[in-house]
Order: sequence, then C-alpha cells, then structure tokens
Amino acid sequence: MNDMSDTNTANIKLEKDDCGLAWVSFDLSDKATNVLSSIVLDELSTIIDQIEQMKPVGVILCSAKKSGFIAGADVSEFTTLSSVDEAYEYIRKVHTLFNRIESLPWPTVCMIHGFCLGGGTEMALACDYRVAEDDDATRIGLPEVRLGIHPGYGGSVRLPPLVGHLNALDMMLTGRSLRARAAARIGLVDAAVPRRQLQKAAQQIALTGKTRRKKPGLIQRLSGHSLARPLVARIMKQQVRKKANPDHYPAPYALIDLWQNDMDRPEVMMDNEAHSVARLINTDTARNLIRVFFLQTRLKDLGRASDFKAQHVHIIGAGVMGGDIASWCALQGLNVSLQDQSPERIAPAIARAAGLFRKRLKKPRPIQVAMDRLMPDPQGHAVGQADVIIEAIFEDLEAKRSLFKELEPRMKPGALLATNTSSIPLEELGVALQQPERLVGLHFFNPVAKMQLVEVVHSKATDQERVNQAAAFTRQIGRLPLNVSSSPGFLVNRILMPYLLEAVSLIEAGVPAEIIDQAAMDFGMPMGPIELSDTVGLDICLSVAQILSAHLGGQVPDILQDEVSAGHLGRKSGRGFYRYHKGKPVRKKKPVSSISVTDIQDRLILRYLNEAVRCLNESVVSEEDLLDAGMIFGTGFAPFKGGPINYIHDKTADALEQRMNVLQDHYQNNFEPDAGWQRFHDTGENNDQGQTDKQTE
Amino acid sequence: MPANQKAYTGRAVYVVDGCRTPFLKADGQPGPFSASDLAHSAGRTLLTRMPFSANTIDEVIVGCVMPGPNEVNIARIIALRLGCGDMVPAWTVQRNCASGLQALDCAAQHISSGVSDLVLTGGTEAMSHAPLLFRESMVRWLGSWYKARSFGQRMQVLSRIRPGYFAPIIGLLKGLTDPIVGLSMGQTAENIAYRFDVSREQMDAFAVRSHTRLADAYDQDQMREVDALYDRKGNVYSQDTGLRRDSSMEKLARLKPAFDKPYGNVTAGNSAQITDGAAMLILASEQAVEQYQLPVLGRIVDCHWAGLDPSQMGLGPVHAMTPLLQRNETGLDDIDNWEINEAFAAQVLACIAAWQDDDYCKKDLGLDAVIGELDQSRLNVDGGGISIGHPVGASGARIALHSLKVLERTGAKRGIASLCIGGGQGGAMLLERMES
Repeated sequence: MNDMSDTNTANIKLEKDDCGLAWVSFDLSDKATNVLSSIVLDELSTIIDQIEQMKPVGVILCSAKKSGFIAGADVSEFTTLSSVDEAYEYIRKVHTLFNRIESLPWPTVCMIHGFCLGGGTEMALACDYRVAEDDDATRIGLPEVRLGIHPGYGGSVRLPPLVGHLNALDMMLTGRSLRARAAARIGLVDAAVPRRQLQKAAQQIALTGKTRRKKPGLIQRLSGHSLARPLVARIMKQQVRKKANPDHYPAPYALIDLWQNDMDRPEVMMDNEAHSVARLINTDTARNLIRVFFLQTRLKDLGRASDFKAQHVHIIGAGVMGGDIASWCALQGLNVSLQDQSPERIAPAIARAAGLFRKRLKKPRPIQVAMDRLMPDPQGHAVGQADVIIEAIFEDLEAKRSLFKELEPRMKPGALLATNTSSIPLEELGVALQQPERLVGLHFFNPVAKMQLVEVVHSKATDQERVNQAAAFTRQIGRLPLNVSSSPGFLVNRILMPYLLEAVSLIEAGVPAEIIDQAAMDFGMPMGPIELSDTVGLDICLSVAQILSAHLGGQVPDILQDEVSAGHLGRKSGRGFYRYHKGKPVRKKKPVSSISVTDIQDRLILRYLNEAVRCLNESVVSEEDLLDAGMIFGTGFAPFKGGPINYIHDKTADALEQRMNVLQDHYQNNFEPDAGWQRFHDTGENNDQGQTDKQTE
Repeated sequence: MPANQKAYTGRAVYVVDGCRTPFLKADGQPGPFSASDLAHSAGRTLLTRMPFSANTIDEVIVGCVMPGPNEVNIARIIALRLGCGDMVPAWTVQRNCASGLQALDCAAQHISSGVSDLVLTGGTEAMSHAPLLFRESMVRWLGSWYKARSFGQRMQVLSRIRPGYFAPIIGLLKGLTDPIVGLSMGQTAENIAYRFDVSREQMDAFAVRSHTRLADAYDQDQMREVDALYDRKGNVYSQDTGLRRDSSMEKLARLKPAFDKPYGNVTAGNSAQITDGAAMLILASEQAVEQYQLPVLGRIVDCHWAGLDPSQMGLGPVHAMTPLLQRNETGLDDIDNWEINEAFAAQVLACIAAWQDDDYCKKDLGLDAVIGELDQSRLNVDGGGISIGHPVGASGARIALHSLKVLERTGAKRGIASLCIGGGQGGAMLLERMES
C-alpha cells in the first residue's frame, strides 16, 4: 500500500487497499457524529480530485465514527442562509459534488452503519451500491420534512426510481427511517449484513458489481408513470392533509408537486429541487422547525450535566401512570420493579406492558427480554437495589409522606427519590424525609410512551446534583428533561389550564365544541382544547383546575363540575363535551357560533400566552427557550410557530397586549395582561431570542 | 449407594431462602408459562430478596424432566434470564419425578465438597407444554418425502401416506409410562394398593384431606413461599389452581378409574395433578452465609437414593427413607415433619403400610423388625401433590422448601422430604432447622 497520509484532509481519510479499492472514511475531527458541513463538503471535493488521480478499481464511502455514517447536513448552517438565492447556490454546489460521485467511472459503494440520515442518505444514493449493517442501531432515512423542507441534495430525484415511487414518497413525506433489513426489502440498500461481513460485502460488490438488490415491483414503477402521477399526487396530498395543514406545513406539498411535475426530467428536477428547498428554507415554518430541532438539543443537553446511570428503577403505584412509566423504563433497557398493594393491582400494568412490548419490539425474543426486566414486586423487596425510586401513588399528601418515611431508610445511599405528583409541592412532601435534598419530581405526561417531555421538578431544598441526575435519568430513558421549579401545576399543566378553561367558558357561552376545537387547530394545535379535555378526562381536568385555581386564582366554569357530576367524564365514559362513538368524537356537521372565530382563537391563545408570560415572570423555568421547548414537546404547541414566547416575539408584545385589552373590555375578566409582559418592553425587543440560533452540539 | 454412607461429608450446607410459583393445573392446552418462565419468576423474586447480586452466584443447577424444545439445558436459560450474567455456569439435572430434589442434592454436594459457595437451585416443569410427537411411521414417510426430487417421485411418495400416520403421540403419556415394564404410573400405584390392600375410600379420604389441608394453609397465610405469577393478559395467579375447596368423599366417589378401567381404584381425583410450576432455592456454604450476612432457613443434612422394581415404584420413598433414618440414628418420632410427595394417594398410603408390614420390612427392606407407624398429623400438613399438583421437575424442590418452612413455623427441628420416582426409584432428603 502506498503512503497515503498526504491524501487525508482534516475530516476525511482516503486510503487504497491491497485490492486497489479506494476507501473514503468520514471522521469529523471535532465532533462525535459526522455531519455534512460546508467544510466537509469542500474537503470531499478535494478527495474526489485525488480519487480521480488515484484511479482505483472501486470506491467505498464509509465512516470511522461509532455512532454511524452521516447524520445529515449541518443544520446550523441553514440558519445562516439569509435569502432564497443564497440557499439555491448552496444547494446547487452540493448537487455538483454529488453528481461527481455519481459519475466516477469506477463502482462506488456506500458502506452504512448506525445513523444515515438526510444528506448522508442522499450521498449514499449518489453511489452505485449501498450495503448496511444489519443491526438495531442502523437507521436510513430522509427526515428533512420534519425541518419544514424536503430532500434537497438530489434525494427526491434519485430515490423514487431506486425503491419505487410509493415507497420513496412514503419515506420522504413521513420522514421515517428504515432499519437495514427494511431498507434491503425495498432495494434502498443492496444488502443488509452483520458487522462481521460488512467490509467483505462492500469490497465484493465494489470488485464484482454483483448484488441481489430488490427491484421495485410493477405498481411501484407504474405509479411514477407520467399518466399515473397526477392521480397518485392527488391521493398523496389527501393523505398528507389529514396530518399537516398546507398553510402551516408547505414542504410535503411542494415535494409532491416537484415529483408530479418533473419526475421524467432528472436534470430539470434536480434544479427545481434546489429552487423548492431554497424557497422552503426561507419560510417561517422551516426557521421555526429548525429552532425546535435546536430546542430539542437544548433539552437533551440538560441531561448531560451528570453522568448518573441507573440500572434498576423501582416504581410504587401500578396505576396507569406508574405502570406505564414502569413498562417504558423496561422497554428502554432498565431493570424495573413495580410495587402496589396487591398482585391484582399490578397485573393490569403487566398486561399493558406486554402490549407495548409487542407493538414496539414485535419479535418474541426481545419481548421476553423486556418482560423479564419488569418485575412485579408487591412487597417492595427491590427498594434497596434501586438507583431510582419513583412514587406514583394517588395524590394524597399523608399517604405519600408516610410512604417516603418508610422508604428512606431502606434506600441505597446514592439512590434518587422522585415523585410523579402533579399537584403537591415538593416542599410539603420533603418534610417526611431525613434528607429532603434528595427528593425531586419527575412529572411524566400521559400517555408515557408517546409524550417526550418529563418535567424535572426541584424545590428550594433540592440538591442541584440531584436535579442533574434526574435529568440524566430522563435522557437515559429516551425522554426530554425540562427543569422546572416546584410551583402548582409546574409549567405545562399550568399554562394549559387557563386555555382549557377558556374553551370550557366558551362552551358555557354557547359556542359549539367543534368551532372551538377547529379554531385551535387552525392556529396549529395538534388537538382542540375540548377534545383534549375529554381525552384527559373531565374529572382530572376539574381536580387539577381546582388545585391550580386555589393557588393561582381564577374561576373554574360551573359547567365542568356539572358534567363531572353527571358522570360525563370524557372519552373514557363515552361522553364528555362530545359524545363518543367507538372512541371517536361525534362532531356536528354545521355548527354555528355567535362569537367570531377570530375572537375564539384569540381568547384561547392569549390566555395560553398570558399564563406562559406569568410563568416566565415567576421563574418556573429559567429561560424563554426552555419554556417554548416545554410547551412544544409537552403539549404539541404549534411547532411551526416555534413556541409561545417565540410567537410573542413574532407578533410583538405590544400588539398582543392591545388585543388582550380589547378582549378584556369586551368579555370582562381573564384577559388582563400579566405584569410579566413588562419584560418584553424593558430591554428592547428580542433580547433573549437567538440563543438557539447558536450551534449547540 | 452404600446405605451407611452419608451424602455430605465436607462442609455444612445451608438453605438461605426459597420461593415457588403457584402450581397451575393443566387444562388440555399449553399453559401461559413455559418451564423457564416459571423458574424465572420464582428465581427473580428470590434473588431480589438477597443482599448479593445475581452474578456473584457460583452456579445454577435446575431439575427439569421435559424442557421445551427451545429450552435445552434450561438451567442456563434460566440463569441468563435472571441476569446471572455470562460467566455463571448452569446445568440441568433429570431424575424424573425427583429432578428438583436431585438438583438440591447436586448443589449440596458441590457446597459440601467446596466446589461452590453460593448456588441457585430448584426445579421447574411445564407439563402442559409437553410436546405432541409424530409417530415413527410419519417420520419415515417425511424422510422419503424430503428425498423425493421429481414430480413423479413425489406423487409416488404421496400415494403411500396413510391417515393413521397423522395421529400424534402425546409426549406426556409416554413420559408417564414405564418403558421397561410397560405400565403407566397409575397402574404401578394400583399394583401396590393391591399389595397393601389400600381401598378406594382410603385413597379418596386421603385426597380430601390433602385439599382441606392446603385450603387451611392458604387461609391461615402459611404458604408464604408462594409468589404470584403474572401472565401477559393481566391475569394473576396467587394460589395453586388445582385446589378444590369443595372436595368431598361424595364427589370423589363419582370419578371413574383413570388407569385400570373399569375396575381400578386410582382416579384422577386421588392422583397428583398434571401441573406447571417451579420452586427455587438458594443454598450456601458457611463462608457465603458469613460474607453476605445471609439469613439461614435450615440445613441439608443428608440425602439418599434407592432403586426398586419399576412396577412397585410408588414404594420408592420407604427404600430411600429407611437407610436415611438408620444412618442418621433417627427414629420416626424424631422427624417433626414429613413431606412425602403425593404422586398417588394409594402410593403414600402403601408406603405407610409397608413400614408397618413385617413381611415387607424384613424381606424387601432387609430389616430385623418393622419400622412402625408414621404419625400422619406430621405428614404433608399443608397438602401435597393431590391438591397442589406435581410438576415433575419441581416437586422435589417444593417439598424440601416447604418442609423447612413448616419447621420454621412450628419451631421444630427435623424434616424429611421424599418422592417416589418413575422407573423404580426413591429419593429422600433429611433437613434440619438451625438453633438460632
């Protein structure tokens, strides 16, 4: 082998092996994960120059990182593209580079392990062949749509002919990624092989060009025919419309248009792909979704403040919440013991866990392994072994106190004690403990397997190290931690409650539920407040509302109590504000309202925003960005609006306050701007904003 | 095995703790738990109570007669599922109905001789999962089918198949039939009932007592070594499901003979139930007890295995217990608790009769005189195989554990756990509670 040290760049290594194959290995020098930043792309261009001189018999692209191949483009660079033209140029440059890979005269093979996403996948598509490691960690996908754009490095052009049009559209419109075998099934990769055969497979394919790649079937091919495309496109748009409002999320529609118009003309399509993505990247939606991406990184970082790693979690209370936390933790690889007063109380949680494992793990062996990790422990034998103990019993101060008193002496010295209370202040619970500084709150949301956010609650007594440990634990189980102070309702429920109560007041004022919910969904909420209340359970809403109003003031509309007294508890009882048929609300066809839709929407949203400002003012969370992150990941607050506080900055505090004053005059109570709004005037507009624009890795 | 040689000549062997599953009566379909599921459930609870972690165990020894086809060397599967880790060796033992007791004996041997300090042991069986087998004619036919290559050949082979080939063989029935003498286990019980003149009424009365005693034991919270099982559908099993609280002489009298039809006396009602279950124990050396500050339930003192005519297999316990009593210089009255596995009421009653039978004691046991009458108020005080069930691999571990639990409860000193063994053997273990 020649001495090739001079052919390496800072982030990419080029070597020729004994068979004459050129190995291009990505290994970003200052990062744990490979991303395609401009620097890396420039280096790749140099490497290709060298390959052309090297004249190998074949080229293999791979990664030296443990985490995977390439996680995608460098998203932080997107935020620096200030105009459509600039974005277009940026993209076209990558097009040129990938086209060079595609037109290399030697066979090119992309050898994939771990994450291969976005731009990484598009680079793989520019190669002649792809092999992937058959491992659980392998994920190949094009998740651009989640950032408000669509594939822009030639993916939209190259993927459909390779895997079939319906498969390709499905991947690009949902953004979901595939494991190695699934990728092999549709022909996205030529082979899915275990690590021990990965290099050999890449080498052999590069040397012989022989593969058993699955070719797309007839329907997959025909659906891309110019005569079929208009119809397919219409169906696709209908499907997408069920999930994403085109006004809020234009990217999937732009992708379908691009595919429909240009699929027969690759070069034109390539150019139009660049135009389309350049346009999309300059929309508020994309900017805000990229912001959300970085907010998520912020939350993840909160989990890095401690290297705490739990092996065993003990959960007390096998109700819906406790049981689901237990099964989630077991699914995430922890040993879990679940305690309640009798085996009969634990059994339903085990059945639900089995359901979750079947759904997520599918195969019998991993299901059994997960089941084995989840131990019913009615007598609490495992308390002494647990690294984390989570209390999730009924909301009763005395019951919790006496439980803590009994637990504390039996706990392992370093173990973390957490409560899942949603209403009792930590200070009051901590009274029962010798070491109140070890008590944190871990407030999960229902359903645990879906809701990403966990509020990590601290009181004044809580040790900061314990908070960091709780956040690290939250990350360990694949959840996003948000540190909040122990005030009634914490952050998420507290901000949500005035919004839900306002919706209930509107019902009381005679506005149909359908119109209220539609107004909220038009704003961008994932579910209307009335349906949400019914889903949570009106009894639970009532009890949370009563607790919160006792602490924070405000009126609970009588109608809520009336419904609960009448046994109308929401979805679970078949009737709440809606009637339910087979678990789905029955909606009126043509509801009419005496209040204008604009007023309805503003009344809902402004109460939401007002409470958000109040929380900020009371330092329930420490920063605006964290509040936004909490409301997006905890309640699904319109992600394309970037969070409630971001929305205030966009609309300006002045305008919103004026609107609140108008509503206050018109509808009496509830709309008086909180004193906290002053913060937006004190130090000039937008001073807090922009934190997330910085690259956070 | 020389009758005067004690089994454990080295270090003392302690039983730290034990736990068993409820025994679940088979209802004609595979039950909700495989044999390794059962042992895992009991073992997990047991290990959770221990102050040491699972990977500090020296070895895992489990008795099981018929592990599932994907549970070969089931002990290793159980060890790995329990989180004992890759490094802890595990092996499975089989001595038919006494496999669980055999596992305890092996563990005790290793502790006594210094090979191990801490052993997880016990027995498990999922009898409801016993396989259905192809008969040999079918297997031969399949062989020629796989060999046939061309269409013509295949047609030819196909024409040779007969409907009778498809009738499956029930693996469990094969297992419960003695291959040497060709008798089912129930028929061997009929044999010895005949020999000692045990009547149907005596058998049924014994069965009723077994159910009554078990019901009382549960009602008085005396079955604390039983830890609930949870299936994936949300069912919980807290007690043995074969227990019939309404058992009565009248009801049992109505049952037809199950083996010697139509004139026999052994019925399903006075025989052990086909069940699924597991019992697991922790055995430790003195060193391990001190190192981990372990509680001690009792001591395994001695163990004896004996053989006899397979057609008389139900008398196995007297052949195993007699030398055990003699070499430990203990008389019947020195034993405070007897756990003689109730494979059949007939067989336990025949054992009691044999010890009082001059002829049998002299000729078959080689004694000078009769042993005497065993006090039945000390025998199977909380029920036995008839009411609890007899998952063959697990029962030996269950009775040894339960005997120690009874001694703990009553403050008494010595217990014997013994079983008859299909194929014509008997096994017995002498247990002792420690003076605290």
